[in-house]
Amino acid sequence: MSKQINLTIDGISIAVDEGTTILEAARNLNIHIPTLCYHEDLCVAGNCRVCVVEQEKVKNLPASCATPAAEGMVIHTNSMKVRMARKHIVELLLSEHNADCTKCYKNGNCELQSLASQMLTGDHLFLDLVPDKKYTIDMFNTAIVKDDSRCIRCQRCVRTCEELQSVSALGVAYKGNKMKISTFFEHSLFEVVCTNCGQCVNRCPTGALIERNYIDQVWDAIYDPTKHVVVQTAPAVRVALGEALGMATGKIVTGKMVAALRRLGFTSVLDTDFTADLTIIEEGHELLSRLKRALVDKDPSVSLPMATSCSPGWIKFIEHTFPEYLPNLSTCKSPQQMFGALAKTYYAQKRKLNPKDIVSVSIMPCTAKKFEANRPEMRSSGYKDVDFVLTTRELGIMIKQAGLDFEELPEEKFDNFMGSSTGAAVIFGSTGGVMEAALRTAYEIVTGREVPFDGLNITPVRGTEGEVREATIKIEKVKPEWSFLEGVELKCAVANGLAHAKTLMQNVRDGKATYHFIEVMACPGGCLGGGGQPIPTNKEIRTKRKMAIYEEDMGMSVRKSHENPEIAEIYKDFLEKPLGHKSHELLHTHYTPRKRY
Amino acid sequence: MSEQTLKRVDLIFGEYSNEKYKVLANTLERTNEDILKDILESGLRGRGGAGFPTAMKWKFTAESPSDEKFVVCNADEGEPGTFKDREILLRVPRKVFSGMAICGRVIGANKGYMYLRGEYKFMVPELMKELEIYHEHMKLLGLNFPIEIRMGSGAYICGEESALFESMEGGRGEPRNKPPYPTTSGFMKKPTVINNVETFVNVLMIMRLGPDQYKKLGTTDSRGSKVFSVSGDTPIPGIYELELGMPLDRFVDEFGDGDTKAVQVGGASGFCVPRKKFKDTVIGFEGVPTGGSMMIFNSSRSMYNVLHNYLEFFEEESCGQCTPCRVGCQQLLKGIVAVKKGEKKAAYLDQLMKLSESMKITAKCGLGQSVANSFSSIVNNFKEEMIY
Repeated sequence: MSKQINLTIDGISIAVDEGTTILEAARNLNIHIPTLCYHEDLCVAGNCRVCVVEQEKVKNLPASCATPAAEGMVIHTNSMKVRMARKHIVELLLSEHNADCTKCYKNGNCELQSLASQMLTGDHLFLDLVPDKKYTIDMFNTAIVKDDSRCIRCQRCVRTCEELQSVSALGVAYKGNKMKISTFFEHSLFEVVCTNCGQCVNRCPTGALIERNYIDQVWDAIYDPTKHVVVQTAPAVRVALGEALGMATGKIVTGKMVAALRRLGFTSVLDTDFTADLTIIEEGHELLSRLKRALVDKDPSVSLPMATSCSPGWIKFIEHTFPEYLPNLSTCKSPQQMFGALAKTYYAQKRKLNPKDIVSVSIMPCTAKKFEANRPEMRSSGYKDVDFVLTTRELGIMIKQAGLDFEELPEEKFDNFMGSSTGAAVIFGSTGGVMEAALRTAYEIVTGREVPFDGLNITPVRGTEGEVREATIKIEKVKPEWSFLEGVELKCAVANGLAHAKTLMQNVRDGKATYHFIEVMACPGGCLGGGGQPIPTNKEIRTKRKMAIYEEDMGMSVRKSHENPEIAEIYKDFLEKPLGHKSHELLHTHYTPRKRY
Repeated sequence: MSEQTLKRVDLIFGEYSNEKYKVLANTLERTNEDILKDILESGLRGRGGAGFPTAMKWKFTAESPSDEKFVVCNADEGEPGTFKDREILLRVPRKVFSGMAICGRVIGANKGYMYLRGEYKFMVPELMKELEIYHEHMKLLGLNFPIEIRMGSGAYICGEESALFESMEGGRGEPRNKPPYPTTSGFMKKPTVINNVETFVNVLMIMRLGPDQYKKLGTTDSRGSKVFSVSGDTPIPGIYELELGMPLDRFVDEFGDGDTKAVQVGGASGFCVPRKKFKDTVIGFEGVPTGGSMMIFNSSRSMYNVLHNYLEFFEEESCGQCTPCRVGCQQLLKGIVAVKKGEKKAAYLDQLMKLSESMKITAKCGLGQSVANSFSSIVNNFKEEMIY
């Protein structure tokens, strides 16, 4: 047990562990000290100064987020001095901020706005500085919009980019009155190492960093009678959408989401989980084929470990940071892009539609998917595979716009065609999920038996935040055609958050670790913590979403991708065989090395 | 202190002893406890302006367990109106290096760094020459305490100790949260003593003279002498070493041009003392402390322009990290302009005065806490000049 520190906050005595900050101690007492630059996921910055408190016998007001509790401290969180100082600070922030709230995307969901209303800052104590500033908006990027006029310089985004993601696309430039959050040589986010992961968007307290929204374009498509609008929904959306609509965290809302999408007017409501299952078949075969070429044919050109390619943030990261490892990426497109390609080919054929009349929309927990959909190589159907990508948040907005009472909606099912899926696909939404789903299938292909884990739950590969998870699966008693895998210990690694992905790749590069198969998700916790998910985010919220995902998996009658009946059908009717000619044409892709800045 | 007179002192720039690094060699023969005792006894406080007792700083760092410790000499002399470190480094660099080496021994440091102001690049060749001699003598003494020069790049904020460490580590010069203090987590997050150039020289002089003789200078709260940079409306601008604890009226008698209206003590982040308060103002830690800057203004000067100039400086030189300093400076500047132009009523100055109080108690670093000093002292004493 660590040393206890006794202090008094607003007249209440409390004992806390050594190292606890004043802010945390106050929260233990249910005393709410307002914060702006503070975020549970990030290191303490202590730069906004909103959380200052008064300490008896000390002249200055310490920032409660950055000051550890000390023995005998007497703290006042709401004294006259504190209130005055806090009001001044919020007024100062507002004087530099483009407070045109009604025109802001974050209107109603802005931490500065709610703090201002709490402090009753209607007084305009100070002069407006905004007209003196030459603020710019970066609108060149297809995924993220950066509006400097809304920025309060709390540096949450900078810390996110550096600490959680080790990307450092965003940094602080200039000083004093010109200080701003910027990029390498102030290029657009489009032109720098930004992976579009959107973690900064998740943590921006104001409207300075937001997703580029395509809500109006999607409404236009829905209203256009000549268009057939198909929508696909990613696995992680169904465990988080409820949060955007006022429901409790970690609620599974699959059925209500499907109902809502129908009511919004989408012609058919389909499931990305279907192509997640398809990804497993393709990627599983790709892994086995790489292993065969490496172990049997001794082909030195085979790149191992093979890395998953579902996370577009991770793809852009590796293109920038480890371009020499691009051959290690699975050539499989992400489930979203597989779905898009099939929507305009397979689906069009079956439904006897002209692909040019199909508008393909996806609902994703992700901002990087917006960039991915706009990649030039993602047009193998002859059309743009996915026309518009909406985040979970944007879908939430559309549902509100349409006036739907989400909680009261009935539970509906996805359309029959390209709508069925398995538990293996659902867990794509959590870190380690792709790995687990792939192992459930690959092990069975090779041995003819289910994976030797209780209830198919391969818990050793279920990723956890803040570490690289490693697991070894021994393959035994294989079918004759896979005899070369007899006794092989399949080494796997799972990482989530790009900082850990970087560690993993450095270990691989430096020869400190050898693996056969690695799964990387760009965001903390995997897609459930994606950059397009409802705000706020923190570890507790992500854990609840994760529990919901595994609950959804357990509730599915089919939990292995290869047992999805529609998968067998699509190979029979359309794709012929895994890694076949048509698969390569529609479901696989290639990657581009990019510069390091 | 009224019986105090202005005493010219010649400790800092006094001639070197005949033998190179002799005082250092003699000192290093003594025990650490003995050295620390002398510094404590001397009452020496930091010469950068904040005035933290040097012996305490060294003792805390010596007591911090770590495999690596550092000594850093803060030569990022950036305060407007201060130019005394420049003179010290040009004339007696040996004394500075000696002081650093003594510190290194006392706290058990592996290495010393001098963080030199970007604009002082011209003196690097001379300093390097002296460093070579220093390293040779250390070798003769069988000691290993290398000193390296690191260059700043012209940011005022990097004179703040934790921003200086960030800068030395290759980061952006932004102050850190305190605690932890440098005594436990400084350069490279290791225990570090960071002192002003002049402090190190003072240590050496205490070693040479002994604490008793050193203590004869100054007052109870402000022992020793101080090098002042005198500028502005004075017939004799320049560098002067004077005893601490002098009354400001005596100083003005000696350096003013007979028409002195105000003295800005401690640079742009210091305090403006008007004529009527000269008599009651003591220059020292018990009164108005200074890092050395003494700017004298006569009655031809507009205090509005003086303040405008300072605020323009801070608006640009704030690191921009924390709200009170970054935005507060902009508001103070824009505010006094608006009042002067009549766009805001004179009462707006009261509003700004409240803001300046908030800035002093909420800013993240020592600089941010002091940027409003010049505003409040000038507006308080020369309000009519702000309005009309």
